[in-house]
Amino acid sequence: MSEPSQPDERPKAQDVPVRTGLGGADIVTDDAGLHRADDSGEAPEYHDGTQIVARSQWQLFRRRFFRHKLAMGSMLFLLIITLAAFNAERVAPYGFNEIDVVMRSTPPTFEGWHLFGTDQLGRDYFSRVIYGTRVSLQVAVVVAIISTLIGTTLGAVAGYYRGWVDAILMRFADLIIIVPLLAVLLIFAAFFGQGQPMRIGVIIALLSWPSLARIVRGVFLSLREKEYVQAARAAGAGDLRIMFRHMLPNTMGPILVNMTLVLAAAILLEATLAFLGLGVNPPTPALGLLINAGRSSMLTSWWLIIMPGLTIVAIALAINFVGDGLRDALDPTQQEK
Amino acid sequence: MGAEPQFVDAPTGVADAEPLLSIRDLVTEFKTPDGIVHAVDGVSYEVFPGETLGVVGESGSGKSVTVMSVLRLIPQPPGRIANGQILLDGTDLLQLSDADMRKVRGKDVAMIFQDPMTSLNPVLSVGDQLAEAILVHNDIGEDAARKRVVELLELVGVPNADQRFDQYPHEYSGGMRQRAMIAMAMANQPKILIADEPTTALDVTIQAQVLEVLERAKEETNAGVILITHDLGVIAEMADRVVVMYGGRVVETGTVDEIFHSPKHPYTLGLLSSLPRPDVDMERLVPIPGQPPSLINLPSGCSFHPRCHLGEGRQTCRTEIPPLFELGPMRASACHFHEEMEDEIHRVESTTGTAIEGDEA
Repeated sequence: MSEPSQPDERPKAQDVPVRTGLGGADIVTDDAGLHRADDSGEAPEYHDGTQIVARSQWQLFRRRFFRHKLAMGSMLFLLIITLAAFNAERVAPYGFNEIDVVMRSTPPTFEGWHLFGTDQLGRDYFSRVIYGTRVSLQVAVVVAIISTLIGTTLGAVAGYYRGWVDAILMRFADLIIIVPLLAVLLIFAAFFGQGQPMRIGVIIALLSWPSLARIVRGVFLSLREKEYVQAARAAGAGDLRIMFRHMLPNTMGPILVNMTLVLAAAILLEATLAFLGLGVNPPTPALGLLINAGRSSMLTSWWLIIMPGLTIVAIALAINFVGDGLRDALDPTQQEK
Repeated sequence: MGAEPQFVDAPTGVADAEPLLSIRDLVTEFKTPDGIVHAVDGVSYEVFPGETLGVVGESGSGKSVTVMSVLRLIPQPPGRIANGQILLDGTDLLQLSDADMRKVRGKDVAMIFQDPMTSLNPVLSVGDQLAEAILVHNDIGEDAARKRVVELLELVGVPNADQRFDQYPHEYSGGMRQRAMIAMAMANQPKILIADEPTTALDVTIQAQVLEVLERAKEETNAGVILITHDLGVIAEMADRVVVMYGGRVVETGTVDEIFHSPKHPYTLGLLSSLPRPDVDMERLVPIPGQPPSLINLPSGCSFHPRCHLGEGRQTCRTEIPPLFELGPMRASACHFHEEMEDEIHRVESTTGTAIEGDEA
């Protein structure tokens, strides 16, 4: 609580002569203080004790998230990586197919800024990794968005309506979960992927929504029994309104956290596909493709697989850390440490 | 209490009017693994415009299920409205399509829930939730809705309503939230206002304020209020007429004064004599023996007979389900031996050492 306004006003009233009307200097007393307050026209900061300074949900969330050092660090790291990847033309010291004939098969060095070394043809791996990251991130974002949309919608519908709708949707989800992911992914990627990041992303997304659908369904099942949902229904709100305006915002936490997990998983999956040669078409360098290329000379040029590999691990880890931070920040029962 | 003229006027004045809401022979059941729960078993009562109808009874007596049936908010897979009519202005709500029913909820029939802590959505601002209640039923702009909400909040006594509009439920105290809930319920000028234990979850010091707000809401909307509670003090304070429920059935109806001064059902008497009263010096309280009945397996005959002193050892009570005996306008009792209640009251009076009947006359 701030101090009451009176003590603040009074010394001023006595020090400064009264400016306006009311017979001038005579009234430099307590009275003057009162008059001044009236005349100045600006209402002083007034508290009757009913103004409550409370933090909004969002402020609380932001506070907790910003305090999570690991998550903030990871966030910063991801931001830099993302910016670099999408401005690869400007950031990368070389083009991804540019050949430095003099510096072939060089281990990481500052000479000529071959930070991640070069391959047998003299292509700069640092630049190739940056370009590769761009592809990986593109695929990951497509996957995260599409699978979140599908998973949330189907999970919400299943959890809200229960009964046979729930049974059908969840058995469908089960079906996708029990299918051997990589095998199906390989087949689909081979037939429909055509080496384009968008298509690869959609294919991965179509196979990765069930986990989120299950989570959202679970949350909806518990939320639909909440009193405020009953209250909304009693106020005449329709199904769609209740689902998407009342229940969905209460599910944002799990959805966001799961989104980060999907993001990380998608990067790994895309790398796997690329490694197996079914991802993005060469010569576009995808991270998995780079590892695959380096595989043959693994024993002599270790950096060719270590560097792209480390990049994949770092990105996936960072995304997971951000997810951790989000989960902690979104959990209202979590005490501030 | 003690408004003696009401005692004379209320029944006759009310009897002339058409009932706003009339529940007829309502049966609501729930299927459970243990059997069918007869939560509401042939309940009938009526609500008139501008009156407050108190519904009393212990937990599981079917008070809430009855009003949830009125709104058709019974979860459908386990629950089922098996029989009855719910006439609102002559329309049977049970026959309406889901879409039409949605138009009734929150507009013609509005509800105030028990726990204001959980009945507001934590992620939406209070103002938005109130505005939503208006926007669902009225084709007006957001600004107009906001204006109306601020008016409503002021009406129910929320200070700084304009700032409070944008605050979230966790920034409201319990009493303020219940005020907001009342504002939400009266937003569309409902014909029927259902308050399901509106003060049970609140601090005692806040209860009186909230009841006052509820009273104001009633006057403002001229709605018929159904006030569900197990707090007889609240009933005495607020209600014009009372419906006493037991085991999913109505056991007694009457005006507040009739119920409090000359109960015609042993269960009502039991409720009254088991309650400490600050205004009277009672020697001892008389509890109602036994347990509330299982709604899966109701006792045969009068469902109160295993706990009843009056019916002890009487064959009729054990075998015959008592009908609601009409005892006068708006006055009824479901006791085979309601004529003997006079003696029963005297017996209880001698135990408690206070008069039940006419103690304030």
